[in-house]
Amino acid sequence: EGLTVNHPVVFVPGIVTGGLELWEGHQCAEGLFRKRLWGGSFGELYKRLEVIREASIKLTDFYMKLIPLCWAQHMSLDNETGLDPPGIRVRPVSGLVAADYFAAGYFVWAVLIANLAQIGYEEKTMYMAAYDWRLSFQNTEVRDQTLSRIKSNIELMVATNGGKKVVVIPHSMGVLYFLHFMKWVEAPPPMGGGGGSEWCAKHIKAVMNIGGPFLGVPKSVSGLFSVEARDIAIARTFAPGFLDKDVFGLQTFQHLMRMTRTWDSTMSMIPKGGETIWGGLDWSPEGSSFNCGAKTLRNNSINNTDQIPNINLANMKNVNYGRIISFGKDVAEAHSSKIERVDLLDSMKADMLANLTNCDIWIEYHDIGDHRIKAVTDYKVYTAGSILDLLHFVSPKLMARGGAHFSYGIADNLDDPKYQHYKYWSNPLETKLPDAPDMEIYSMYGVGIPTERAYVYKVTTATDCSIPFQIDTSAEGGSEDSCLKGGVFSADGDETVPVLSAGLMAAKGWRGKTRFNPSGIPTYIREYSHAPPANLLEGRGTQSGAHVDIMGNFALIEDVIRVAAGATGKELGGDHVYSDIFKWAERINLQL
Amino acid sequence: CTSVGYESFEIDEKLDEKEEDVLSANNFTLEINKKRKQPKRQPKEWRCLDSCCWIIGYLCTTWWLLLFFYHCLPVTLLRVPELPGPGVRLKREGLTALHPVVLVPGIVTGGLELWEGRPCADGLFRKRLWGGGSFTQIFRRPLCLLEHLSLHYETGLDPQGIRVRAVPGLVGADYFAPGYFVWAVLIENLAKIGYEGKNLHMAAYDWRLSFQNTEIRDHALARLKSKIELMYISNGYKKVVAVPHSMGVIYFLHFLKWVETPPPMGGGGGPGWCAKHIKAVMNIGPAFLGVPKAVSNLFSAEGKDVSYIRAMAPGVFDSEILGLQTFERVMRMARTWDSIVSLLPKGGEVIWGNMDRSPEEGHVCDFSKKSHSKTSLTTNNVNNSDVKRGFLVKDLANYGRIISFGKPASVLHSSKLPTADSKEFSRTSTSENFNNFSCGEAWTEYDEMSRQSIQNVAADKAYTTTTLLDLLRFVAPKMMRRSEAHFSHGIAENLDDPKYNHYKYWSNPLETKLSDAPDMEIYCMYGVGIPTERSYVYKLSPNSRCKSIPYQIDNSVHGEDGSCLKGGVYFADGDESVPVLSAGFMCAKGWRGRTRFNPSGIATYIREYRHKPPT
Repeated sequence: EGLTVNHPVVFVPGIVTGGLELWEGHQCAEGLFRKRLWGGSFGELYKRLEVIREASIKLTDFYMKLIPLCWAQHMSLDNETGLDPPGIRVRPVSGLVAADYFAAGYFVWAVLIANLAQIGYEEKTMYMAAYDWRLSFQNTEVRDQTLSRIKSNIELMVATNGGKKVVVIPHSMGVLYFLHFMKWVEAPPPMGGGGGSEWCAKHIKAVMNIGGPFLGVPKSVSGLFSVEARDIAIARTFAPGFLDKDVFGLQTFQHLMRMTRTWDSTMSMIPKGGETIWGGLDWSPEGSSFNCGAKTLRNNSINNTDQIPNINLANMKNVNYGRIISFGKDVAEAHSSKIERVDLLDSMKADMLANLTNCDIWIEYHDIGDHRIKAVTDYKVYTAGSILDLLHFVSPKLMARGGAHFSYGIADNLDDPKYQHYKYWSNPLETKLPDAPDMEIYSMYGVGIPTERAYVYKVTTATDCSIPFQIDTSAEGGSEDSCLKGGVFSADGDETVPVLSAGLMAAKGWRGKTRFNPSGIPTYIREYSHAPPANLLEGRGTQSGAHVDIMGNFALIEDVIRVAAGATGKELGGDHVYSDIFKWAERINLQL
Repeated sequence: CTSVGYESFEIDEKLDEKEEDVLSANNFTLEINKKRKQPKRQPKEWRCLDSCCWIIGYLCTTWWLLLFFYHCLPVTLLRVPELPGPGVRLKREGLTALHPVVLVPGIVTGGLELWEGRPCADGLFRKRLWGGGSFTQIFRRPLCLLEHLSLHYETGLDPQGIRVRAVPGLVGADYFAPGYFVWAVLIENLAKIGYEGKNLHMAAYDWRLSFQNTEIRDHALARLKSKIELMYISNGYKKVVAVPHSMGVIYFLHFLKWVETPPPMGGGGGPGWCAKHIKAVMNIGPAFLGVPKAVSNLFSAEGKDVSYIRAMAPGVFDSEILGLQTFERVMRMARTWDSIVSLLPKGGEVIWGNMDRSPEEGHVCDFSKKSHSKTSLTTNNVNNSDVKRGFLVKDLANYGRIISFGKPASVLHSSKLPTADSKEFSRTSTSENFNNFSCGEAWTEYDEMSRQSIQNVAADKAYTTTTLLDLLRFVAPKMMRRSEAHFSHGIAENLDDPKYNHYKYWSNPLETKLSDAPDMEIYCMYGVGIPTERSYVYKLSPNSRCKSIPYQIDNSVHGEDGSCLKGGVYFADGDESVPVLSAGFMCAKGWRGRTRFNPSGIATYIREYRHKPPT
């Protein structure tokens, strides 16, 4: 069609998908200098593990534990500062190779890069803004000067490509990271980059957010609360087999939890906006409009999406998505007036000093003692608002560290000078977009896959040294189309991010001139309906809507290429919506 | 595999035993002398099979055992024991990262990857064509790769439909081939004292292009400038230490001029840019004044070690792979690379010597490596290249004659030689046409020359570095026309002449002034003690086929013992690629103190490292 290179392109990878390499380590990681600890092929790591494992069959199983421990130790950050532990430096891989493939054959950006190259893009017009996704956003600047590097690179690309503004393509957590960047770059030093209030208007043509968890993901709650979810923590989804029990020994979960809890970035994705956005005890914006049996239905009748909501209204009465965590299935479904709750704050006051345990693994659960665990279960139901209290309650240190970098509320008055602090920058409900009326913001995400939205928990009766809470996998919804499966309530989304989180800002919060978007930056919603690969030859599918696989969705790639070659959102056809995001947005009482 | 070996062996033995029983019973009835025992043995084929099985069994067992031991060994023993580098020691001494470091790779060592190509290179998108991992692709489809690595002969830029780009980042040049490190060891040692991505940068560029073209096509210079500025600011306003290697040295020289020149030709950094951003330039194996190797490469695609490429990738360009005309194809590719022209000797006869005189005169060559290992570590490392001077030599090497045809031309006094007359360097168009018809498509510009002019060039003549350029202009006019728009090889009479503002002079230290940065330091760091190609004895190639290279180094010419002439090549002191003269001269004289080339008196230091082969 004659499209050629026009605007330089910046990719911002999300959590987990970016590669990390070792620059300095302890004895046990000798020989892994500048080898990838994370991402790429995991090849070096596997090789090492295999060798050690074979050698240690005859010895003790000491090594068996030691090597994965060594890895977990190097992947962890300091649990006080959230920065490097002493003697260990793990840094992001730079360049396009940082996130083109996550593991051998598992593409992330590679397909998009290859397609952009077809119309003439190359290294000088494409830039991968790789950052250490374990750190809090501001700490990437403090430790690695990553934000400065991104700023300098964008400026360079604009200058060397004849003043053409860049098109930014963040994915997953990269969306929040780039939101943070846009605030940072215009804020005056020392906290910001000192680019001045015109920087974004001058340098950015469009921000094309792919699968953006603008308002957080419920998955991160279960990740922080008990390191599980249907696919047991984000890490495990991406490295199947590697984090299996036999590698870590019996205490897999605790090791994983210990590691992921040192990553500040996981806290950037705790649901934001509280009950206003995510729903209270007896209501939720999604109501009961999503058919959780859609996965099976859609295979047969992809075109029937319009009818699906009607079918389900009948049997979907009792889904209370607003209750993100409930203890016991009966509590999850009962009306709020029937639930007896013991106030968390009261039990906090009555809290006893923690028992000292002999567990050798650091997770805060062992510091909090039985009384608190009881108090947690007595409160019974947690909404997006009270989930923060819960996390503060069970892991005060973690939340204290995260609270310094992230905020989860809704601003009453955005002109309050306190909102100049960097901890608000990645929360779209507590910041204003930059003054750049010519810029465009796209929300591009997959729909049609059941996505974790709320959980049913139970208390485990296990031994001292384990995590006291677990998803109650025995809680089932009953009917085939029920949204409750294995203790998890599902809603529409891309398997990781619910539609609500990915689309609400573009559908309501930023639509037109609002207080969050004072200059009226146009927003466009582009939804991609999920269709599983038709056969094995298609691999991960060319019409997939899944969180990472969507990067290979041909329709999405075409949209990106057209914008990079100069098209505007109107020329793309404006909004393209399958879900009921606009209907839900109406139900949300957000002051604009 | 082992079990099969054992089984068949056991069966054979059982057969043997049974037969023996039977025969011993028969012994009573039949009188058998020892000769009759012959038929009792297995037939010949069986014995053969037997030993075959034995061998297979043996091999499998050994292999299995080795594998077993290999896996039993602790991981640390599996790797070649590494000597603890100086990084560990220096860290113990308390050194930490302070100044950001920029590494500038040289020619050939940087990786190249494919961004767009012809159908024959399908599936190689963003895979390395050159350097880094393996050269398996080159083995698999050599001609395809040669085509992709070539540039356009007229423009020196990308051919239509092919885009090959430099691999960015530290991986671009840390290893050239598996196990063949380039920057990896330095990087690792720097990391020991705290360097990492934010204060260590590899200035990767496409080393095939002329230096200015890397900016025009890839904005490589602008990117380097922006990177240095960023590192300067984000590391607390600490100036940058640049570490260029080989051709990277003149690339960086070009950069230093470019960055202070106003746009559109330059980067517009202003006159104080270098003084503000650069602490030191630590040139490793610098090819400041060019390398004679480049001459033989361009002239006949060979050298003592048959050009850079073959030295770096042994076996890759063997004739079996490319058919019989390896050299021709390689020459065809190499001549499209402007950067090789940047390495032609600069400064003409003034620097490299004329017909009867050369600065190195009196150098004694010692090809045995023994003496090197004898020198103890305690000897002063500085300036020991001069140690050998002053010895009396029987066979004077006329290094100044960079190309001589026949041994006599290389030793006779200049008055006895026919002079090279530039008037002879003219072509007759008629013969050109004739030649074209007979050979079809011209590969190299040699194919467009007539037999007569080829012989004229050779007729017992010797060429110095000055007349060499005329010679090259004669044998490859198009290439030189293209490349001389980007490079110059002379010495400036008057550096204030406005013509020297043109970028083609920027990479020649004899035609530029260093920037005004009195606090900057320039180091010349290079190895000494290895015989290095300095000049050549050529002959006409006996082969007069079409598309062949008409000249080749006369391998049969050897000097007496102690002579520097061996296999048609005169050697001088150096690091195997760059002669000491080229690497050290600018630091020793051209820039030492306040000179016209160094108006602000930037301090220069020479650090020589005596070669010691691994014990």
